[in-house]
Amino acid sequence: MRNAVCTFCGNVCDDIEFDGVTGKNLCPIGEAKFAAKRRIEAPMVRGRRVSYEEAIEKAAEVLVNAKRPLLYGWASTVNEAIRLGVILAEKLGGVYDQCSSVCHAPSTLAMIEEGIPGGTLGQAKNRADVVVFWGCNPVEAHPRHPSRYSVMTKGFLTKGRQHRHVIVVDVRKTATAYLATEFYQIKPGYDYAVFTALRSIINGHEKAVPEEVGGISKKKLKELADILINGKYGVIFYGLGLTHSRGQDRNVENIVKLVQTLNRHTRYILQPMRGHFNVVGAGEVAAWEAGYEYAIDFSRGYSRFLPSEFTAVEVLVRRDCDAALIVASDPAAHFPKEAVKRLAEIPVIQIDPHPNVTTLLADIVIPSALVGIEAEGTVYRMDGIPLRVKKLKDTGYWSDYEILKLMLDKVIQLKGE
Amino acid sequence: MLHIKNGIVIDPKNGIIGEKMDIFIKDGKIVEEVEVNGCKTIDANGKLVVAGGIDLHAHIAGGKINTGRAMRPEEMRHVRQKTGKFRAAVGRTLLTSPAIGYEYAKMGYTTAIEPATPSIYVIHTHEELDSIPIIDKATLPLFGNWHPVLRYSADKDIEKLKSFVAWVLERTKGYGVKLVNPGGVEAWMYGGNVKSIDDTVPGFGVTPREIITSLIAAVEELKLPHSVHIHCNNLGMPGNYETTMETIKLAKGFENERRQVLHVTHVQFNAYTGSSWRDIGSGAEHIAKLINSMDNVTIDMGQPIFGYATTMTADCPWQFELHKIAKAKWCNRDIELETGAGIVPYVYRPKNPVNSVQWAVGLELGLLVDSEKIAVSTDYPNGGPFTSYPYIVTLLMSRKFREEEMKKAHPYMEKATSLSSIDKEKSLEEVITMTRVTPAKVLGMENKGHLGVGADGDVVIYDIDPLNYSSNDWQTILKAFENPLYTIKSGEIVVKDGELVGETWGRTFWVDARADTTTEIIEADLEEYFNYYTVKCCNYGVKEAWLRNPVRITAG
Amino acid sequence: MAKLDVIIITGRTTDQGMAIDEKLSEEYMKSVAFCEMNEEDMKIIGVKDGDRIKVKTEFGEVVLFAKKSAVEDLEIPRGVVFIPMGPYANQVVGGRNGSGTPRFKGIKGVVEATQEEVRTIRELVVGK
Repeated sequence: MRNAVCTFCGNVCDDIEFDGVTGKNLCPIGEAKFAAKRRIEAPMVRGRRVSYEEAIEKAAEVLVNAKRPLLYGWASTVNEAIRLGVILAEKLGGVYDQCSSVCHAPSTLAMIEEGIPGGTLGQAKNRADVVVFWGCNPVEAHPRHPSRYSVMTKGFLTKGRQHRHVIVVDVRKTATAYLATEFYQIKPGYDYAVFTALRSIINGHEKAVPEEVGGISKKKLKELADILINGKYGVIFYGLGLTHSRGQDRNVENIVKLVQTLNRHTRYILQPMRGHFNVVGAGEVAAWEAGYEYAIDFSRGYSRFLPSEFTAVEVLVRRDCDAALIVASDPAAHFPKEAVKRLAEIPVIQIDPHPNVTTLLADIVIPSALVGIEAEGTVYRMDGIPLRVKKLKDTGYWSDYEILKLMLDKVIQLKGE
Repeated sequence: MLHIKNGIVIDPKNGIIGEKMDIFIKDGKIVEEVEVNGCKTIDANGKLVVAGGIDLHAHIAGGKINTGRAMRPEEMRHVRQKTGKFRAAVGRTLLTSPAIGYEYAKMGYTTAIEPATPSIYVIHTHEELDSIPIIDKATLPLFGNWHPVLRYSADKDIEKLKSFVAWVLERTKGYGVKLVNPGGVEAWMYGGNVKSIDDTVPGFGVTPREIITSLIAAVEELKLPHSVHIHCNNLGMPGNYETTMETIKLAKGFENERRQVLHVTHVQFNAYTGSSWRDIGSGAEHIAKLINSMDNVTIDMGQPIFGYATTMTADCPWQFELHKIAKAKWCNRDIELETGAGIVPYVYRPKNPVNSVQWAVGLELGLLVDSEKIAVSTDYPNGGPFTSYPYIVTLLMSRKFREEEMKKAHPYMEKATSLSSIDKEKSLEEVITMTRVTPAKVLGMENKGHLGVGADGDVVIYDIDPLNYSSNDWQTILKAFENPLYTIKSGEIVVKDGELVGETWGRTFWVDARADTTTEIIEADLEEYFNYYTVKCCNYGVKEAWLRNPVRITAG
Repeated sequence: MAKLDVIIITGRTTDQGMAIDEKLSEEYMKSVAFCEMNEEDMKIIGVKDGDRIKVKTEFGEVVLFAKKSAVEDLEIPRGVVFIPMGPYANQVVGGRNGSGTPRFKGIKGVVEATQEEVRTIRELVVGK
């Protein structure tokens, strides 16, 4: 099939040619995604093979009997399934949270403070003459980003690499740094200070800037400010280097303010490098169904948002949940150990195509069809652009949507509503 | 089957003004009198019976409102309904999708149009529309800054433009053609804007005047049910009424027997005199006079409501201005070569002279423009929540209520507008026209806005006797419109005594205009154009099968 | 035996991404059970490429294979170490500051050579 859609990272490349076994135009990670690999063979309840119906019924019982179940994951499935997940959390009086809460959630907090002046990836391709990668490493995390969208690609106004000034700012010289026209190495945890220094220079308060900020000399900072302000249309991509470091949401807030300032002189947009192929959808669907993107508690019969209490990690560490439904995710591999410890104590239901670290802790395991290969649906690229991922081959596995549909029906039935 | 008996019907389209009569609904449609045995009966004795309300311009779905929700958790803390038989519903002026459907139904509205979708984001818009219960809906894709449109308009190539419009409507399952600040959003990509309909758009040598007239020509030749729907240039700026008048006059070159050829939306935001914020005034009288003198232009109010609002529009350069003026948080999205979007929270304060003028201008338009040519709107959520429609309707109907409300406004309003000197009180017939008949006609929805045989079975019963009410008793009017006795959607009772009692799922209308066009003549252009896109042409748009309940309407 | 104060950075790598759907495999373990360091820092604690080191923070400790950073001194600056995101990195990250998102980067820690074994993922998560 031509123009299939890859379901690994936030690039959501839609030009994949797939022959049923391998795919063309894939990056190494995409190739691994499309390659055949070990699957969860059958639905299991505490190690015993059962039918889908039985596993789902047992799962519904666990969830209904819990006081406050955690429903987590969602970034690697389709919106249709996510929507059922949000409704399920509402009906159960549980907590809905998604992978963003260990990734770009601080970007949402920054947006709540200042907004995000953004744009689509096509703007980088067509218009950008300055492209900045700040605390992100697309060459390893979003391999085709530079060639499809941001660096080498030929656009409507910007005709190729030689017309783009590419800046990379990071604490280490990453693979992406080798693409840069200029690389600026800053000290870990000093992003906030560097943004403030740049804003000061651009706003004409150069005198207030000390001789060195975050490991970068004032001379270099002035040079960077000059490059930024001389761009006709600039795009700043940033990554977890900001959201995972000291300052977190405040770092993002400050880069937003830098972009606001730049827009008083020229045109700039800001785009977070979102990780999973539908982590954006996991936030957007929850926003239209329940009003918030993540960390949503329904224990009072309506949605409440409180990131410091209701993210999955917080709920686990505080021991505020007594069961968990994990969909298309692997928190046991990606949460700090304190949170994983709680996950091991409570009943865990997992829906996933592949055995992973969470499988080792799960009481009920329900295998699902591979999204974008065996199951279709809508996903949102890192810039929010929706794409329909396709079903490329038949399977005996149920899709996330089918599993969750039956689970929701069972829950409603058990609750007698 | 449903029998509504003894109600006092106001159905202006069919010439019925306050007649006691029975209404019958079968299979979701209004039918002739039928055998009433065994059929559910509602006694509406002495109560007002009308068609379901229609909102022709409300940003109820898609990237803009959803980004608004995510950036404004403070908006979502207002709890309207806990989960139970129906979904939980939250939101103060920005509502969740379930809340939108429920709240429309709870004030007797059964149809709403999402008026500004960037085509590349259209799957998202449809996903949200499909998550809104009860109401029927449709969406209008944005055309005014899209590169092929700019190019065909510059070349005056109406044939290609027609093909392009038809192609887009099919791909997006869109209902009509929306323009927002034509040319101005493209200029924003260079940090600029256009200041009049004769400014040149950078890079294209085309003017807003040419973009607007080319699209009107294309839409009229394609015989789309809805006309060009425009958000004018210079929105929000003092003195902009002149640009609006110029834009309205562009309709003079066109004719259509069935409907207007140009719908100018949320005109309140485009009806200011003055040269700065210090001497801003109302241009409503000029505009009303012009609209009333023409028979091929319609407008909607864009009424601001004192209190919280969230502005969201494709008019990015204006949103950047507003971000600076209001010193508020700002989301922007520049969208490929199509359009853009901006979101800025806002509060309309009665003590603020400019906000008071805005409030008065909306009402002046509502009172001075013929009811057949103006629809009620708040440009939700730009002017405020759609849940304020009962408030707006009551203001239009009761001079006494207006006087009460005017006391809250800044005294500058008195100087800058003529609201206080307008004695006009709209009749029930007129406000029913403004909320039902006019929007249905503007949209070209023949089965909506009336109660004739064959019309949709969307009926509302309000607790007011049309033959016996006083405009001075505004409390009764307001209460009646805020709490319908019944809202019936496609023959199903969804609201009773102001409370939600049923949940249905409405339809999504889209227009197929491909019959008289061919994509052959634009194929080469599309191919070139998609080189600059970041999605493949074949992955662009939405298929009918992905929608919950699509209804295809063939143009012509 | 010398100990070294470091700042710990965690993050994605291509290898980790390629093996992410096969987390119970050898490949995945190889892709995440290392700690990349500056060569000079490795000399200070007396380890060579592939030797075992222990990383300790206020949140916990973990044994990993030392890996020499690929190019000169710019790749990983002195005093900074990189661990790929995954179960190993998660033994030493944490910290809650009210945002709800743990800090995965810029964590203060200590590294030293060790003779202890690198544990398997199963051992890390469910014990022996």
